[in-house]
Amino acid sequence: MSDLAAFRAEIRAWLEENCPAEMRQPARDEDDVCWGGRNFKFKSDAQKAWLERCVAKGYTVPDWPKAYGGAGMSAAEAKVWREEMNRINARPPLSSFGIWMLGPALLKFGTEEQKVHYLGQIARGEIRWCQGYSEPGSGSDLVSLQTFGEDKGDHWVVNGSKIWTSYANKADWIFCLVRTDKANKYQGISFLLFDMTTPGVSTKPILLISGNSPFCETFFDNVVVPKAQIVGELNRGWDVAKYLLGHEREMISGAGGNDRLNTLGPVLSRAGLEDPLLRAEIAMFDVDALAFSAMGEKFLDEAKVGKAHPAQPNMMKYAGTELNKRRYELLMAGGGSAALEWDSEASGGGSKARTWLRTKANSIEGGTSEVMLNVVAKRILDLPGA
Amino acid sequence: MPLYHTEDQAMLADTARSFMAEEGAIAKQLRHWRDQGCKDGFGHGLWKQFAELGLTGVLVAEADGGLGMGHVEAGIVLEEIGRNLTPSPFLTSAVAAATALGAGNADLRGRYLPGLLAGDSVFAVAIDEGPKHRPERIKTRAARAGNGFRLDGAKSFVLHGGSADMLVVAARTSGNDDDAEGITLFAVPKEAVGLSQDAVRLVDSSMATHVKLDGVLLDADAVIGEVDRGRDLLNKVLAAGRIGAAAESVGVAGGAFGMTATYLKQRKQFGKLIGEFQALQHRAAHLYSEIEIARAATIKAQQLLDGGSDRAELMVSVAKAKAGKAAALAVKEGVQMHGGIGMTDEYDIGLYMKRDRALAEFMGDVYYHAERVAQLTGY
Repeated sequence: MSDLAAFRAEIRAWLEENCPAEMRQPARDEDDVCWGGRNFKFKSDAQKAWLERCVAKGYTVPDWPKAYGGAGMSAAEAKVWREEMNRINARPPLSSFGIWMLGPALLKFGTEEQKVHYLGQIARGEIRWCQGYSEPGSGSDLVSLQTFGEDKGDHWVVNGSKIWTSYANKADWIFCLVRTDKANKYQGISFLLFDMTTPGVSTKPILLISGNSPFCETFFDNVVVPKAQIVGELNRGWDVAKYLLGHEREMISGAGGNDRLNTLGPVLSRAGLEDPLLRAEIAMFDVDALAFSAMGEKFLDEAKVGKAHPAQPNMMKYAGTELNKRRYELLMAGGGSAALEWDSEASGGGSKARTWLRTKANSIEGGTSEVMLNVVAKRILDLPGA
Repeated sequence: MPLYHTEDQAMLADTARSFMAEEGAIAKQLRHWRDQGCKDGFGHGLWKQFAELGLTGVLVAEADGGLGMGHVEAGIVLEEIGRNLTPSPFLTSAVAAATALGAGNADLRGRYLPGLLAGDSVFAVAIDEGPKHRPERIKTRAARAGNGFRLDGAKSFVLHGGSADMLVVAARTSGNDDDAEGITLFAVPKEAVGLSQDAVRLVDSSMATHVKLDGVLLDADAVIGEVDRGRDLLNKVLAAGRIGAAAESVGVAGGAFGMTATYLKQRKQFGKLIGEFQALQHRAAHLYSEIEIARAATIKAQQLLDGGSDRAELMVSVAKAKAGKAAALAVKEGVQMHGGIGMTDEYDIGLYMKRDRALAEFMGDVYYHAERVAQLTGY
């Protein structure tokens, strides 16, 4: 048996023993997702046990070094881990912007002290993070951001506001882009970390078309941030921000997901498949979904060994989010009038309709599809003047 | 297994890329033979060169003198064939027919494989019986007669049939037209009495035939594999041909896209390079994305097929459909973005459009394979 085959057997046996049955089915709604953090309320004992068992082995962040709370898996081992998780439809033990976004940026730009401290907290699900990027006047043109940190010697005093801050009202800490030099557009931004309970921080949820409020406005009124809480160099936060965006776009693209859950035909009701033209559209969608799932696998394989084009996450984000929007259009069509129900018990509180509306943000958040296409045209295709 | 080429495969890709770009280039092969009205539609000299590089034996077992490689490697060659629109019998002979022959007995392999390995022989596969690919229905009959069989029926879209020394024919030895069972594959030599072929030139300048089998008498040793139980082998041949065609489509898409991207950086209108216009940039970036995804689906299917996975059949159909969609988009956008010059025969982009159309039909188009994806995933 090869080392990898032995590793697979070990993972399979561990999952068999440790992954609770309740955690072996897709999350039905937002409440089923384990986000961790100071104030997180576990939905069930199984959810709690699943997190704790994974934390003990470093499996919440399998490919991070052991010193920072990971399991130190190689690229090939991490792939085996994902495959074995997908095989039993296991839910991720922990979902977190810390894992998907801040963690990779800290691994690259953080000091050793920051890595040990913050990455460990993330791996253990102790701190829930939110992302302070967009501002009311800075959406696609993110670099025009105005939130300002005034230098006060050993600390900054931050004033300004952010918008579309996902789960800001539930987050414990924020990673935040703050202007620290008004004279320099790109090289005048710093990447700061601070506690959301710091005096002067307040949040206000925004009611969306889905009827839910996953996004907030976030206000900073003379917020004191110690100088040690900067990642990377002063005024060079844009480099950190861009690197993190690559990971955010990868996350939003859904690469590495379970393709058995991504195809539509098998999950639709009979009624939704009786219309031959709808069925045909669903079959065409499933071709694209399965092909994209291979793309996700290829992208992750190549990224791990540095073969992927550095701008490839933009392509992944574009293709993955457009695909997900199509998925929900077809799910709504397949569901018919049953999918219109907004608050009935049968519809799980309108989960399909609300998720359908939520997916419309996929191609806006983290960089719009149009911006993604601009980046691909410029950085990958090298088209003129792009 | 990671979804990128190993070092050995990357070396093969380098070899195939430079060989096809030099020897298989459009001016040297496709246009040359087309403009001569060549009855084969390809050059036998180039086919010999394929053999000298060992490429004709890519899927032939090492024990039989071949390279004993897999569909990833065959696909590497086919992608370069697609990129250069190189006319050759590689897909029908070295991929589809070679897959059939690999399941034949030692006698059959000894009869046909040396010719393939030497680049002296050309093979074709005769499966389709109408204008659309419907291998689930096979009407051509093979009845027991004397020492062997008597074949009666008709086949169409037999690529390179007129140049072939042998045709792999799928016929029915028992049951009804739509039965899964009762299929047998035969190696029919070109000189067989009762075999007649009408050659037709296709839109991409390749040559195909309509085949008539009118009481063709064959000895029992013409059977490839087992009598009545040839459906599995036929499916293997189809899987090999389909994933091969998908790889070629990815190459066609890549070639057309490469030309188009270059043109966007050269052509000026309104005092600007047309590649500066965002309307074209976005379409080009979308096309890039579609081609990348098609390539990923194709290598995934190749690996699954080589590994004998039970998901291979599904991913082969995904790849054939996705590569077909991506290539169709690439050639349509290619012609449109080239503008008027894209409509001229002198310019190569239109040749990509023609090749894509023929490849799309070969062994099932996007609609056929999307339907298969639906059926294989249970709806």
